[in-house]
Amino acid sequence: MGKVTGFLEVERVEPASLPPAERVKFYREFSLDLSEKDLRNQGSRCMDCGIPFCQTGCPVNNIIPDWNDLVYHGRWQEAVETLHSTNNFPEFTGRICPAPCEASCVLNINSKAVTIKNIEHTIIDKAWENGWVKPIIAPHKTGKKVAVIGSGPAGLAAAQQLARTGHDVVIYEKNDRIGGLLRYGIPDFKMEKHLIDRRLEQLRAEGVEFRTQQHVGVNVNAQDLLAEYDALILSGGSEHPRDLPVPGRELEGVHFAMNFLPQQNKRVAGDEIPNQLTAHGKHVVVIGGGDTGSDCVGTSIRQGALSVTQFELMSRPPEEENRPLTWPNWPMRLRTSSSQEEGCERDWAVGTKAFLGENGKLKKLRANRVDWSKDPVSGQMKMTEIAGSEFEIPADLVLLAMGYVHPVQTGLLQQLGVSLDGRGNVSANTDSYQTSVAKVFSAGDMRRGQSLVVWAIREGRQCARAVDEFLMGSTNLPR
Amino acid sequence: MNHLTLPPKQGLYDPKHEHDACGVGFVANIHGKKSHQLVEQGLKILENLTHRGAVGADPLAGDGAGILIQMPDSFLRDHTQKLGFSLPPAGEYGVGSVFLPQDPIERQTVEKLFAQMVQEEGQTLLGWRDVPVDSSGLGESVKKVEPFIRQIFVGRGATTADQQSFERKLFVIRKRVEHGVTALELNQGSMFYVPSFSSRTLIYKGMLLAHQVGEFYLDLRDPSMVTALALVHQRFSTNTFPTWDLAHPFRMIAHNGEINTLRGNVNWMAARRHALSSVALGDDLKKLWPLIDEGQSDSASFDNALELLVAGGYPLAQAMTLLIPEAWAGNPLMDEERRAYYEYHAALMEPWDGPAAVAFTDGRQIGATLDRNGLRPARYQLTKDGTILMASEMGVLDFPQDQIIKKWRLQPGKMLLIDLEEGRIIDDAELKRTLAQEHPYREWLAKTQLRLEELPPASQQAPENVRSTLLDRQQAFGFTQEDLKFLMTPMAATGQEAIGSMGDDTPLAVLSNKPRPLYQYFRQLFAQVTNPPIDPIREELVMSLVSFLGPRPNLLAVDTQNPQPRLEVHQPVLSIEDMEKIRSIHDLTQGTFRSTELSICFSANSGAKGMETALKAVCAEAESKVGEGFNVIILSDRAVSESMAPIPALLATAAVHHHLVQTGLRTSAGLVIETGSAREVHHFACLAGYGAEAIHPYLAFETIGDMGEYLPADLEHYEACKRFIKAVSKGLLKVMSKMGISTYQSYCGAQIFEAVGLNSEFVSHYFRGTSSNVEGIGLTEVAEEVLRLHRIAYSDAPLYRDSLDPGGDYAYRIRGEAHMWTPESISKLQNATRTGSFSTYKEYAKAINTQATELLTLRGLFEIRKVAEPIPLSEVESAKEIVKRFATGAMSLGSISHEAHSTLAIAMNRMGGKSNTGEGGEDPIRFKPMESGDSMRSAIKQVAAGRFGVTTEYLVNADDLQIKMAQGAKPGEGGQLPGHKVSKYIAKIRHSVPGVGLISPPPHHDIYSIEDLAQLIHDLKNVNPRARVSVKLVSEVGVGTVAAGVSKAHADHVTISGHDGGTGASPLSSVKFAGSPWELGLAETQQTLVLNQLRSRICVQADGQMKTGRDVVIAALLGADEFGFATAPLVVQGCIMMRKCHLNTCPVGIATQDPELIKRFAGQPEHVINFFFFVAEEVREYMAQMGFRTFDEMIGRADMLDTRQGVEHWKAKGLDFSRIFYRPSVPAGTSLRWTDRQDHGLDKALDHTLIAAAEPALERKEPVQISTTIRNLNRTFGAMLSGEVAKRYGHAGLPEDTIHVKVSGIAGQSFGAFLAHGISLELQGEANDYVGKGLSGGRIVIYPPSECPIKPEDNIIVGNTVLYGAINGEAYFRGVAGERFAVRNSGATAVVEGVGDHGCEYMTGGTVVVLGQSGRNFAAGMSGGVAYVLDEAGDFAHRCNLAMVELEPVPAEASLTDGDELESHGKVDVKHLGTEDAVLLKRLIENHARYTGSSRAREILDRWNEMLPRFVKVMPMEYRRALQELAAEHAAGLSSAAVQ
Repeated sequence: MGKVTGFLEVERVEPASLPPAERVKFYREFSLDLSEKDLRNQGSRCMDCGIPFCQTGCPVNNIIPDWNDLVYHGRWQEAVETLHSTNNFPEFTGRICPAPCEASCVLNINSKAVTIKNIEHTIIDKAWENGWVKPIIAPHKTGKKVAVIGSGPAGLAAAQQLARTGHDVVIYEKNDRIGGLLRYGIPDFKMEKHLIDRRLEQLRAEGVEFRTQQHVGVNVNAQDLLAEYDALILSGGSEHPRDLPVPGRELEGVHFAMNFLPQQNKRVAGDEIPNQLTAHGKHVVVIGGGDTGSDCVGTSIRQGALSVTQFELMSRPPEEENRPLTWPNWPMRLRTSSSQEEGCERDWAVGTKAFLGENGKLKKLRANRVDWSKDPVSGQMKMTEIAGSEFEIPADLVLLAMGYVHPVQTGLLQQLGVSLDGRGNVSANTDSYQTSVAKVFSAGDMRRGQSLVVWAIREGRQCARAVDEFLMGSTNLPR
Repeated sequence: MNHLTLPPKQGLYDPKHEHDACGVGFVANIHGKKSHQLVEQGLKILENLTHRGAVGADPLAGDGAGILIQMPDSFLRDHTQKLGFSLPPAGEYGVGSVFLPQDPIERQTVEKLFAQMVQEEGQTLLGWRDVPVDSSGLGESVKKVEPFIRQIFVGRGATTADQQSFERKLFVIRKRVEHGVTALELNQGSMFYVPSFSSRTLIYKGMLLAHQVGEFYLDLRDPSMVTALALVHQRFSTNTFPTWDLAHPFRMIAHNGEINTLRGNVNWMAARRHALSSVALGDDLKKLWPLIDEGQSDSASFDNALELLVAGGYPLAQAMTLLIPEAWAGNPLMDEERRAYYEYHAALMEPWDGPAAVAFTDGRQIGATLDRNGLRPARYQLTKDGTILMASEMGVLDFPQDQIIKKWRLQPGKMLLIDLEEGRIIDDAELKRTLAQEHPYREWLAKTQLRLEELPPASQQAPENVRSTLLDRQQAFGFTQEDLKFLMTPMAATGQEAIGSMGDDTPLAVLSNKPRPLYQYFRQLFAQVTNPPIDPIREELVMSLVSFLGPRPNLLAVDTQNPQPRLEVHQPVLSIEDMEKIRSIHDLTQGTFRSTELSICFSANSGAKGMETALKAVCAEAESKVGEGFNVIILSDRAVSESMAPIPALLATAAVHHHLVQTGLRTSAGLVIETGSAREVHHFACLAGYGAEAIHPYLAFETIGDMGEYLPADLEHYEACKRFIKAVSKGLLKVMSKMGISTYQSYCGAQIFEAVGLNSEFVSHYFRGTSSNVEGIGLTEVAEEVLRLHRIAYSDAPLYRDSLDPGGDYAYRIRGEAHMWTPESISKLQNATRTGSFSTYKEYAKAINTQATELLTLRGLFEIRKVAEPIPLSEVESAKEIVKRFATGAMSLGSISHEAHSTLAIAMNRMGGKSNTGEGGEDPIRFKPMESGDSMRSAIKQVAAGRFGVTTEYLVNADDLQIKMAQGAKPGEGGQLPGHKVSKYIAKIRHSVPGVGLISPPPHHDIYSIEDLAQLIHDLKNVNPRARVSVKLVSEVGVGTVAAGVSKAHADHVTISGHDGGTGASPLSSVKFAGSPWELGLAETQQTLVLNQLRSRICVQADGQMKTGRDVVIAALLGADEFGFATAPLVVQGCIMMRKCHLNTCPVGIATQDPELIKRFAGQPEHVINFFFFVAEEVREYMAQMGFRTFDEMIGRADMLDTRQGVEHWKAKGLDFSRIFYRPSVPAGTSLRWTDRQDHGLDKALDHTLIAAAEPALERKEPVQISTTIRNLNRTFGAMLSGEVAKRYGHAGLPEDTIHVKVSGIAGQSFGAFLAHGISLELQGEANDYVGKGLSGGRIVIYPPSECPIKPEDNIIVGNTVLYGAINGEAYFRGVAGERFAVRNSGATAVVEGVGDHGCEYMTGGTVVVLGQSGRNFAAGMSGGVAYVLDEAGDFAHRCNLAMVELEPVPAEASLTDGDELESHGKVDVKHLGTEDAVLLKRLIENHARYTGSSRAREILDRWNEMLPRFVKVMPMEYRRALQELAAEHAAGLSSAAVQ
């Protein structure tokens, strides 16, 4: 490791951002890079632990201590090689990952974690800048054909791994652009889309073929693919949103987040969006306190909402977790996203009772306060409504961001007839990634349920390994 | 040869691990005057050495004793006359002392064989005589195996020219009879043995106690039995299977010590079989083979070798110098001729290395020699009438003091020889001078000696491997990223081996899923108890890495005028240039040497069969090349490529080495290994241990060349390689020294390893003689490992396309090696103990116990049987009781913070378990209970080699006193606490100076043997009779035998540690490759103790990566009563296995002394208690399933263990644990656990009288005067009294001189040990070893009796290792002290009139004044304190080790300041800074004169102004710096506030 006492000498420094008032004026990313010197110093804080908990905290098992050290020593090119050995798309995770690695950083026990995410971000940006990211073209072709259905992070990771080992890979995407959730779920101010495009160039050069507006199960018959390809990977994500069936749900102005966010991304990409659903001049209520909720907040603010309020059903988490009991796991604690910083009201332990409207148009939202307590018998948290706590707030636009229950089960899944697990996801284990149907594999949210991009990448990589082994009898791909 | 009564190999017990040590002595009349008195005196010596022997379970069964005398001609003449045959003149007949089978028919068969051989060798059988014995006093176990003892009489044949030839013939006859009896395979063949067969000497010996020799052999009582010399020996065997034949003396020697390199020595003797020829022996030479029988003791084998050399024509003394040479290589003081003598002979014979005091005789001369380290005591006295007495200690014979004219000692490497025919003593100088001038050795050397480094460079370059990239080849040899990062980079950058911390929690090689290099199946052996490790840094002068590459000269070419050329290297790691010289050696030496290169690669697609074929071919080729006259064989794996895979270099080396040994050609050629595989110290050690005389690690050098920026920018490749070689060399010295081996030549081929995970077929074929106890993989799997690596190297796998395998051995990596401590297991354990959740604990335990996906430990493959009807959990012994069996491991304050240390102590005290101080003392504040009712007192007080903080007060505040013989992470090695870690607090507890580094020596300097250990146990028991004395050992093959010895040495408790235990800092190769798992060591210990009936006396504890209840249960079933945990409780306290303990940066405040980091410590006693109760609860669940209600029932029930079924692991499936689960069949009622107490014999201590007499002082501080007499049997005088003082008055003790004891006589060992403040011992007489050990404030004064005519300053007054670990106090000795005077002195003041070698070694404080000669290596490792040495000859600087000290004059001081600080009481000796040196020195000499009446002191004082300039002040550099800092601080007024 670079500096034995680095963690004692250097404070954690995170990159600054443009102030909210300025950044809400546009849709670009707004974080300000650290100087190279400062960043390398941040690398010196890494203690090169005998057991790097960060590595297991990270779903793709990034070999974090190794590249922290390389960064400290300014050996950027080796750092990106190490980084790429576990992660196909560090430019995505370096921006939008919540960084469970930092939660499990040993320094996080009683101090402040290494800025792992920012270091990752910088390594890969530097690599692109310097032209170190090049296609890795398979030396031999295997002649095997694999179709990947869904071009989100899981599908892309799987496709890249398979292409590099010599298989012919075709990606089917129902939308007009490749990238899935990366493209249309995540606002540009969190991750600009040209990052995806340049990665796609690399994949293309490595031999991956992209077919957009091919909605397998709708306009492409899944059985045909099964006949044509040696293996199919289902990586269509978990797109069935959780609904809120309360009175007034049908009113105009109550929308799922995923009806709202993609339109803005398309617009930023230059598309014409007739009748775009916008928050401009509206009182917006976002229901759901997660990442998607935040994305709705940030987008609404940029669109010029009159007010933005965000409700969360769960109680307000503590400011600081009990680290001796939570570390190295992801702790529940109060977090404020950059979008929330940009100006929104947050309220916790709020249950929505009804949407109230006039003329079919949403006007108000009625909610009450709830209380959470642990059931002494089952040990599970139980919710009770607090009597007399009912209140109403004005609302012109309600965005439902309460998560996704499982993949869309009609169409593709139905046609293939793959078995589903108890939660309605495609059933497959994390060794073989095989579904109940021969030759059909599944990875990412479609298999594991809604999750992080970094998990999708992990599953895509591991699934590729399983597919390679299935096709070839053995595999050299890493897990 | 089978030994009488030695049980056969069974389970893990193997008789080959027997060790012994002992008391040895002789008495002789130098004028050759024979008398019966000498026989009686010999027997008397034996009786007075009784405490150096031991008894086993049967109190009447000794370990063996005997006596060697000159041929008692008239006695025998009388007795044979009565039998009807008469003897020719003395010298013309020989007598054999013969042990025969009791069975008359078998006896006759043997006797007939004798008759036949006597006749065939042209001699005359005169007759037989029954030796009359009285066996009434023998124990039952001894009687059962008593042989029929007869003497055979043989007359010199007509064709035998002279007595010398006759002796040779008798030797030949004996060997032929021995071989003949072995071939006969008699039922009682094991009873047969020939103690002596000579025309000059006769031996009486047996499985006897010391006093029984004279009682058993009636002959010895006969007044007509006369001799001019009597050589006696009393044995202390580790096991209680002593046998009649293993008793000493042997035919020519009696030995106190141990030959560490035995395996190699025996192999090398066998190896030269065909290269030997002898003028003296002629064709008879062939009849002697096998010269050394397999399975003999080291001493017996040594005796065989000596016999051969003498028979071959060497004079006795010369033969001894061949076998046990002085340390000549690193000795600048040795004169040229003598050095040439040794250097010349070095090529003939590798040293028989190990601690040894050997007394030898051929009946005409008698003498003794000491090994180069001087690790055994040997003192002698000469009387006016010419009687010389030599013995391990003095006081064994009472000569009137007025008759004694010389008292001296044998010095390291020196020899004492008495020629009875010439009637004089030949001292070492004369003897060696005569030997050295016998031949023109310097000329011969100049003519024959070729040093590789001095040869001109070779013209050609190394062949480049163009077919494979560096990465491919690195991968083919299994290089990992960690090899480069953790191992090679520090070596190449700094010339040092890398340091790491915490233990090894990765799987053994055989359990790993990854292909591992063959090296990793070999575990380094190390010295513990029966022989000491060496300090290769501080005692470098005895070490040598010189290696001979070419053929060895004919050992028996005694009088050659035409010596053979020899090729040598100063160390065995060949640089690129050196290797090219070897390749071109033919040209460079004009054909004297011819090298040939054999490839050890095989076709990768030919698989395991192909590898085997290639191996055979290499062996055959080597044989034929030697036949063709090539005398340097190079085994090379350079040809590795996509199609060719390398045979593991270790396998190829061992195979070729053994093949050449077996064909008797090995000494005709040197073996050089050119391999890509060797990259860390352990690899080189393995290659050396299996026969490589030199090693060229070409790929390591290439790798270093490719490291680029990882190395300092200005480091040239040549220099980096040089540093790498230096690091390997240092590492080799360390590996050798941890076994106590000093020379590479002896280490080479000595096979100081045990194999773990290799099957016996494979081992016996290629690594013959190596122990392997759990079976495992064979050739097929070894080949598979090679081929897997080869496939990785040449595949397209993305992970390996651009980079090496991550490794993951030293730091956890997802893609790396498996570990027991993982993020999951650590976080589960911490969570469970912090929340008190047993269910979370069970998730943790499951992760550790089941090892479902990755095998981690041997015990992971065990199955615990269940009974059909388990008992209810409620009926099982409570957890509250079980936790009392738990202890935390020895972790010193220093290695961990006070907070972590005391939290453990509080937790253990609350639950009735025990915590351990570790090395380094304990703050006396902790001895008193806290206000809360808790206690921070550690129940176990460790006594380690450094003896830091081991005060009498510390010892009396203990429940257990643990003697740390070894530590799992680095057995056989010392330690070092660097100065920056010695804070004021730590310094206070360790009685040292803040900021001054503290070195712990590898050995305890008072334990070089088993009887020394018994002595230390006795010492500690005296100080604190209520405490259990424990001995901590580390698991290795043979540890069971050592444990048996420990039990016989009266330890109450023994700990068997696994190799995998933690450490605060250790070389990485030691963490990984030394020692074995506790499953093996514990099982061997249990089996051996039970087999010996010694188990009941001793409590057995197991530790090493103990983590769960299942671990405890398995240890209990294998025989443990108690259990130690170290890492797991640390993890509970917050440790997250940073493995950075050695860097002082522990981020959780545990392994650090940094106050900022300590603030982060979050451990709580409650968490620790939760952990131990969880473990106990888990234990109870297993007990219920096994049907055990009490823990005691479970101990030793290995029958409840089985091998886990269905393990299909490609390597582990070959393991066989039957030897671990073995239970020896023993008589009913034999205890399997600790049930009894040891008898320490404390009731006999003189101290009881002292304590009674000192009552007024002890109770009321009233001064008392006591007088008493003393003799050598009265050991540890004053310690028990001191314990009483310390119990009452702590370390401060009583006022000066409150108890004054006047003693006269020759004191036994450890006189004044741990003497407390307020006690003065004044001894008129002399003392043996260990005077003032651990001196804790008392005063010791020793001077010779006034009637003794010797000149005190030229005679010895005290023995070796005086004032070892002294804390403070004073000592004045009128006379010379032995070796290692004031070693590890922390603060005592001493005046002495001369010292032996290694004076003031490792000293950290105090003042030593030497008023005479000092030996070599003075002040080695001395970091503190000051010595003033009178250097009249002006040559002291040559004998002083100047690595850490500077020499300066003692500044004259005019003003006499008021000095109340003459006695240092742990205070900072600011006086040492130079302002008051002369005052101090003068006062001490005045004290000396006053207390001892020293005339020497008087003379010096009388001529003070003239003498003062002749004193040299020895000043440690670090100490001076620290004193200056303290003085500055003091001046700034900070001192008093900060030192608290």
